[in-house]
Parts: sequence; structure tokens; C-alpha cells
Amino acid sequence: MARKRTTITMEVTRFRPGEDSEPTLQSYEVPLRKEWAVLDGLNHIKDHLDGTLSYRWSCRMGICGSCGMTVNGKPQLSCATFLVDYAPGPVRVEPLRNFPVIRDLVVDISDFMTKLPKVKPWLIHEGETPEGEFLQTPQEMDEYKKYSMCINCMLCYSACPVYALEPEFLGPAAIALGQRYNLDSRDDGDRRDVLASAEGVWACTFVGECSTACPKGVDPAGAIQRYKLTAAVAALKDFLLPRGARR
Amino acid sequence: MSAYRQPVSTFWWLHQWSYLLFVLRELSSVFVAWFVVYLLLAVSAIADGPAAYQDFVAWSGGGWVLVLNVVALAFVLLHAVTWFALAPKAMVVPHVPPWVVLVGHYLAWAVLSAAVAWLVLR
Repeated sequence: MARKRTTITMEVTRFRPGEDSEPTLQSYEVPLRKEWAVLDGLNHIKDHLDGTLSYRWSCRMGICGSCGMTVNGKPQLSCATFLVDYAPGPVRVEPLRNFPVIRDLVVDISDFMTKLPKVKPWLIHEGETPEGEFLQTPQEMDEYKKYSMCINCMLCYSACPVYALEPEFLGPAAIALGQRYNLDSRDDGDRRDVLASAEGVWACTFVGECSTACPKGVDPAGAIQRYKLTAAVAALKDFLLPRGARR
Repeated sequence: MSAYRQPVSTFWWLHQWSYLLFVLRELSSVFVAWFVVYLLLAVSAIADGPAAYQDFVAWSGGGWVLVLNVVALAFVLLHAVTWFALAPKAMVVPHVPPWVVLVGHYLAWAVLSAAVAWLVLR
């Protein structure tokens, strides 16, 4: 009888800035345990095999959005991706695609951090703000709730070929977060100049992989297509209606 | 110290089935354009009289035109189906489930096709 495998090989990208001209893969044998996520395997490497390995992580429960990596070619949260699902292995762990690699599995997401405030991801309220709570019905909240679940993990940017080929694209998460406020009953903000620009929703060709990759069910692709219709209707109104009747 | 810029492979669209499907859908626009040209050729042949029309039908029925049209039809169907699949995502109608929007589009397609068929065949 064949003995049950107790270890799995992890092929991990290594890149030391200033020393390596390009990343290489390094293999490690880690224990194969039912309850171990890819992140647990990386922590095992860091604690017991090779302390020089660099990667980001924090909460271990799919909330912080820090541990996004490319696992066997797909963008995944390494805390929510289990080693047993890749048995007998090897399992390849690479940095998120479409971002510059700072070191090993750590990528530079400053491009997103520059783009995010452009969509004004906060409540813009005209008129008086009510004292105390700003009330909203459950139905009004349902309008935008799924878009508010984004944890900025960047899996959607990593999955998006448009972002790979046109880095000026605002990107799935930023647009979905703009829509999160557009659809909020308490918001009166106008984000059209950014969202309806050539780098905004119109750059999206609806590959749909952002929604497939999203670990929180945000559906950025849906948000983008929906805003395309909103932007098109608004542009038509601008063209047809007198200034006072637009809205 | 500099970050490593990950290159994008020329064949990125072959790495995943969903990427390939997307590229095929983008390519379908070429075949949609061909059908427009083909329709204009048909109208022109009809305008030139019965003989020209017979020539057009004979030209359409054989060789590369037939093959091209079969391929074009497949691409146009891919275009239509993926476009309709997008519709419920773009059109969120309050109190109307997404599948109703989808079925509505297919019904509109069927009705318009029937109307065109009636116009041509009556």
C-alpha cells in the first residue's frame, strides 16, 4: 500500500532587488496538512526553513486583503487557498501579476493607491447632514452592499488583461468602489469625469475575470458594465435635454 | 534598488480559457463587419436586377464565400450570446430579476428575426 504523502513541494518566487536581475523559483518541502493554507506553508518556510523569504500577510481570515498571490497561475488569497487542494503538488507561489515586484512575493501597489482617491470613495452629501445617524433602509443598503465588501486585495487587477496591457486603466476595484458610493442613497457626488473617462469604464472590454477572481463576491465587472449604461444615458441626456432638466 | 517589472507574454490570451474566449469575442467584430459588407453586396445585386441577383446567389453558394459565411455566423452567434449575457449585469431594473432581462433580450431577438424573415419571405 502506498504511503500517504505527508509533505508537498512549494515552488516559491525569489527576487532580491539590487542582486537579482529577474526572479527565480526556489523549492521547499513543507508538511501537507489538511488545515494548512498556502500562507501556512509560507509561514513554515519563513519560521523553519528560510527566514529570508518576504511576503505580506496579516489577518489569515480573508479580511485584510494583504496576502494576494498567484497560486498555480491564478490570483488567490493565500490564506484562503489550501495546500491539500494542490496535492500531490508541486504548488507554485508567485507574486501577483501586473504589479512591479519589490522583493520575493511582495508587490508594489502604489499605482492603485494613486488611482483610488480619484473616484472619491467617500460620501459626498449636498444639503444638511442629519444630526446623529444618517438613516438608510435595508433595501437602500442592498443597492451597494456587495460593492462595499472590497478589501483592496488586488486580485482583480492581477486577473485583468486590460490592466496588464493598459496600466493607465483605473481598474476593477477602484471603479467598483466608485459605484459603491454612486449607488448609496446618502450620496450626491458626481464621479462622472473620472469613471466615464477613456481610462475609466470605457477601457474595460468585459473579460469578466475580475469578478471570477474576487474573493469577496464584489463583482467589479458587473459594476463597470452597469456604470457604462449610466454614463451612456447621462451623455445622451446632456445631448438632448436643456441644462435645467438634466439629472 | 529597483522593482522588477513583470513582462506580459505575447500569448497571454492562450493562458486561460476565459482570456481566449474574450479574444475570440473581440475578433467577432471583424465578422460582424463582414456580414454588413455582405448585406450591402446583396442589396446592390438586388438593385442591379434578377441576373445580377442570380450571380450573387451562385457566388454565395460555393467555395470560400460559403465557408466564410459559416465561420462568420459562428462568430456572430458568439458575439450575440456573450452580449446578451452581459445585458443583465448592465441593466439592473428594480424588482426585476436578472434572468427576466436576459430572456427579454432573447425574445426581442426572436421577434425581430421573425419580423425580418416575414419581410423577406412573404
